[in-house]
Amino acid sequence: MIEVHDLSKRYGDQTAVDHLTFTVRPGLVTGFLGPNGAGKSTTMRLILGLDRPNSGTATIGGVAYHALREPLRKVGALLEARAVHTGRSAYNHLLCLAQSQGLPRGRVSEVLALVGLTEVARKRAGGFSLGMGQRLGIAAALLGDPQVLILDEPVNGLDPEGVLWIRNLMKALAASGKTIFVSSHLMSEMAQTADHLVVIGRGRLIADESVEAVIARSSGQSVLVRTPQPAQLAKELERANGPDTTPVTVTTAADGALMVQGMTAPEIGEKASAARVVLHELTPQRASLEEAFMELTRESVEYHAAQDLTAAPGPATTGSPSPSPTVQDAPPSAGSEAAE
Amino acid sequence: MTADTTPEASAALADNTGASGTAAFPRLLAMEWTKFRSVRSTVFSLLAFVVLTLGLAALFTWLTVNQWDKIDADQRAAYQRDAVGNILGGGFVLGQLAICVLGAMVITSEYSTGMIRASLLAVPRRTPMLAAKGLVFAAVTFVVGEVVSFGAFGIGAPILHSKVPVSLSDHGVLRALLGAGLYLMMLGLFAMAIGALVRHTAGAITAVIGFVEVLAPLAQLLPGSLGKHVHAYLPTEAGHLVAQSVQGPKDLLSPWQGYGVFSLWTAGLLIIAGWLLNRRDA
Repeated sequence: MIEVHDLSKRYGDQTAVDHLTFTVRPGLVTGFLGPNGAGKSTTMRLILGLDRPNSGTATIGGVAYHALREPLRKVGALLEARAVHTGRSAYNHLLCLAQSQGLPRGRVSEVLALVGLTEVARKRAGGFSLGMGQRLGIAAALLGDPQVLILDEPVNGLDPEGVLWIRNLMKALAASGKTIFVSSHLMSEMAQTADHLVVIGRGRLIADESVEAVIARSSGQSVLVRTPQPAQLAKELERANGPDTTPVTVTTAADGALMVQGMTAPEIGEKASAARVVLHELTPQRASLEEAFMELTRESVEYHAAQDLTAAPGPATTGSPSPSPTVQDAPPSAGSEAAE
Repeated sequence: MTADTTPEASAALADNTGASGTAAFPRLLAMEWTKFRSVRSTVFSLLAFVVLTLGLAALFTWLTVNQWDKIDADQRAAYQRDAVGNILGGGFVLGQLAICVLGAMVITSEYSTGMIRASLLAVPRRTPMLAAKGLVFAAVTFVVGEVVSFGAFGIGAPILHSKVPVSLSDHGVLRALLGAGLYLMMLGLFAMAIGALVRHTAGAITAVIGFVEVLAPLAQLLPGSLGKHVHAYLPTEAGHLVAQSVQGPKDLLSPWQGYGVFSLWTAGLLIIAGWLLNRRDA
């Protein structure tokens, strides 16, 4: 259990973390999301006692990190930046960490085998690829078989096999009752691993709820309707708009299909039936986690201009949620998988 | 690569949370010792120090013997008064720079590589970590320093014998040889303290060498007794007196007083370094 209470951190006049409060519970993979510069890494560094907060507290199992005895047996951490002496071998790196916790030497070989670095254990860590370095970092995090794991962008630099391995590892560890707190900027990744999400933007908490709830909260819930009588149906549906009901909006897509928001598929079906309108298709559209995330953080993205340069429909332009995949790196199935 | 390492295997990993017999501080010493010995550059620096110091001590002593008949009586007298200090001095002038660099890098390399974060995650109490690091490095430099000082004497004394017979049993010789190791040990700690303060390798080495090689001649430029006193109390100027067999006519401090001054400088810097280490973000 990680508890963050009213945590703030300023660097000069820049506020990196702004009165954050949230709890990371055991037995779940909790995703930590936010745009670049949102304060994810800083928050993790504050939890781990590497930086001193300007106010607030962060505790792990009720104890501040710096007060933990044998901390690596309780908390395993993978930081975003490398934390290995380039001139030291992977084995000796892990050995010195193990010695500080009174862990047996055998444990070093165990974690090296676990992450698949046995063959290069005696090689200098400086010569490791990004992926190997990441595996070494994960080996260090798992060294003391800790109850709590804090992983900053663990899939960074890993090949697809490594990504899958991390994903399964996190799920298995969570299933065994451990607390997993993992940051990522890849929403599709979180959609496949996280049970719960803590979303921050500009150092402030935006959402602290289940993946389901984040997607449901997004206004991207809409229904695709195909009919030979689009104009008639649109009129029927908009007639339902009253002062006390959720506003129903109907937009016409380029191919003539209708996008209906504010009404469920069964409701639309009944309206169509009552008005004797033929329907060819009636499909509820789920917003992907990507879209939900962009919706949530649109206000707090720090560098809008840089995002525009990517020439992709960025969060600033995703005014009305559309069902088509507007995000380039999200597989179209991300939304439906998150809904499982 | 790791297709066969199933998550189940990791979940079922041995619960090794028991069996913690040893106290915390010896563990930190073991950790720091592993860190020290497992980086090739530190081991090579120490070897370079040994070879350089022994070689230069032999060379300078041999040159002195060769030139003996050409140097004037005053210089001969000065040399004879502290033969052991002169044998060591020839080697240490350059050799001690290796210790300065090594001392600074013992800590700055952790910052430059990011290792400091792994260290502080394992040992969040930063003062004991710095203490363990200092203790391990001090022990290593003391042992190597003694080996080198006795070694340099063992090589230099026979070379010098025809001109100036000097033996271990002469007054002050044993103290000077022991003192040379103590001096190098303190110099290493002094450099480590500056490394912990500056946190950047180049900056720290510049600062240490500035103290050791630049400040002393500058202080001598100060007018009158002020310059003399400032010079005498500079860390390495005071500290190296313990590596001389007799107090020189111009030395304001006795060998042990000088070593005390050096120790105070080092302790002061280490305290500031420890205080800042606890305050600063890593």
